[in-house]
Amino acid sequence: MPETTYIAAITSALADAMRADERVFVLGEDVAEGGPYTATAGLAEEFGTGRVINTPISEAAITGVAIGAAQSGLRPVLEIMFIDFITLALDQLVNGAAKAHFMSGGQLTVPVVLRTQGGAGYRGAAQHSQSLESWLTHVPGLKVVMPSRPSDAAGLLASAIADPNPVVFIENKTLYFRTGEVAEPAVPVPIGKAVTLRAGSDVTVVALSRLVHDALAAAERLAAEDGIEVEVIDPRTLVPLDLEAIVASVERTGRLVVVHEAVEHSGFGAEIVAQVQAAAFDYLDAPIGRVGAPFAPIPLSAPLEDAYLPGEAEVAAAVRALFRGRGASS
Amino acid sequence: MWRIRLFEERVGVLARADEVYGLVHLSVGQEGVAAAVCSQLRDDDAVYSGHRAHGHAIAKGAPLDRMMAELMGRDSGLCRGLGGSMHVVDVEHGFMGATGVVGGNIPIALGSALAARLRGDDAVAVVFFGDGAVQAGHFNETVNLAALWGLPLILVCENNGFAEFTPRSAHTTVERVSDVVAPYEMESATVDGNDVTAVWDAFGRYLASARAGGGPFLLECLTHRLRGHYEGDPGKYRAALAEADWQEKDPIRRIERHGIAYGWFAEDALRVIESEAAEAVEQAVRFGRESPFPPVELIEEMVYADA
Repeated sequence: MPETTYIAAITSALADAMRADERVFVLGEDVAEGGPYTATAGLAEEFGTGRVINTPISEAAITGVAIGAAQSGLRPVLEIMFIDFITLALDQLVNGAAKAHFMSGGQLTVPVVLRTQGGAGYRGAAQHSQSLESWLTHVPGLKVVMPSRPSDAAGLLASAIADPNPVVFIENKTLYFRTGEVAEPAVPVPIGKAVTLRAGSDVTVVALSRLVHDALAAAERLAAEDGIEVEVIDPRTLVPLDLEAIVASVERTGRLVVVHEAVEHSGFGAEIVAQVQAAAFDYLDAPIGRVGAPFAPIPLSAPLEDAYLPGEAEVAAAVRALFRGRGASS
Repeated sequence: MWRIRLFEERVGVLARADEVYGLVHLSVGQEGVAAAVCSQLRDDDAVYSGHRAHGHAIAKGAPLDRMMAELMGRDSGLCRGLGGSMHVVDVEHGFMGATGVVGGNIPIALGSALAARLRGDDAVAVVFFGDGAVQAGHFNETVNLAALWGLPLILVCENNGFAEFTPRSAHTTVERVSDVVAPYEMESATVDGNDVTAVWDAFGRYLASARAGGGPFLLECLTHRLRGHYEGDPGKYRAALAEADWQEKDPIRRIERHGIAYGWFAEDALRVIESEAAEAVEQAVRFGRESPFPPVELIEEMVYADA
């Protein structure tokens, strides 16, 4: 399989979907120009500006437009350039898209994909760096996916576009130019299925988005330095969550750490922790660990942002804390 | 119009008796706009509305019995009892939805107009809203986009002079809603919304133009709601209309007088329409009362569409 970047995998999945289905179109700010990270580069040239539609900076209205087009039988893929600006689209998303199928007794469907991206590390400061997925996972009617690898980005985007429900597709800007193997055309990845990226017998680490890569790096270090074998699971989809895969792993390892870049307080990790302890309490040999950002906005200053962001070191420390005073095999 | 009037008056009674659930916003006195607009539309033309939506849904073709059952929270309701007064949807007749968020459906209606354009057919989208929605951001964002893209959207503002409990003058310095869209070079007009023929003529011109590729348009209909913002609101903010004034303004009485004067219909025929509407409303109430409540399992079943 060819190696490609995460962002190119997304572009390619969009183009594949638009070639396969005339109802699929893209709209958002600067999408015909390719957007700030080239996610839609080349699409306007191939499909024209009738299907790759530039919009003004009107997040509320363009989200409503996408919902209305979806209710009328089209398959819009809406880009909200930074997840930080989803605040402006939330009314349409939460009161409109998420509830239309329910409130209409099943008459309406809203097959819209809202692509957006979050994540810090680029010195973007507090309004261009956030991880706001837990706001969206709280809303019944939305599906929320958050791929960490190019193959999942392409495969989940294909599934999201085919899904009859509103799907929020959350990318991470620091992953955009990482590479990985992606089949061409992309193999659809089912929404709601986790993937185990590293097998291990001592502790399960459930990681979201960028932290998947930090968790894998931490796992290698823990194996080498501490003899702790970490199993790393990427849920890939937050709603619906593949609890079964996580619980099955915890039943084998007896320990769990949940890690994400979002603020730890009320982050999605809290939901995973609550569900796992309810389903597998008797299998747990230690309190469940959590890693997330501090309860503070993201600072600009480089040393402060570095200190703020959770990464490999924080994941390793959280795992080690579960083994303090005990051997890995206890 | 009689069907809307009598349906809503009955709903007001049923709401006070707790047979109809939720916040209920009646359009009594504003029926002329719904009738004159929706009776010119096809089923494939999308209509969206706001929280005061019963009249628009009925005028677009929603059956009274399933409407009433919906308001009563019954399984045979249009939305299986999950939506209610502020969230009525009847896709079969192109009534694509009401909303409890003031102005929330305005951009969604534009999306429907965009879909018609991308499909290449001559369907139009119409959205009803009150003057209170005009001060919201999503109205202004949508007006800009609709004008920029030249889409077949017809914005119908029912200006009843009150945003909830407050007169328009307390919310904005712009008196006429049609003036708000003027800088976008969107064609607009203000008509007497209680004059059915005036609404019919103005909307008909816009509709013909939108079908032929024109648009968007804004039609401001000056009207008067006889009831409170919702059933049971304090009502202290507005002076009661004298009975004589109301006889003069009432859109139903006006079109009846007008039609008789022009020889369009006879008094007898009008009374038959009124009594048939009354019977249809009573039949709808019976239908609602006899319908079961939806099963509890519906709560989980309806959150997502099956993939």
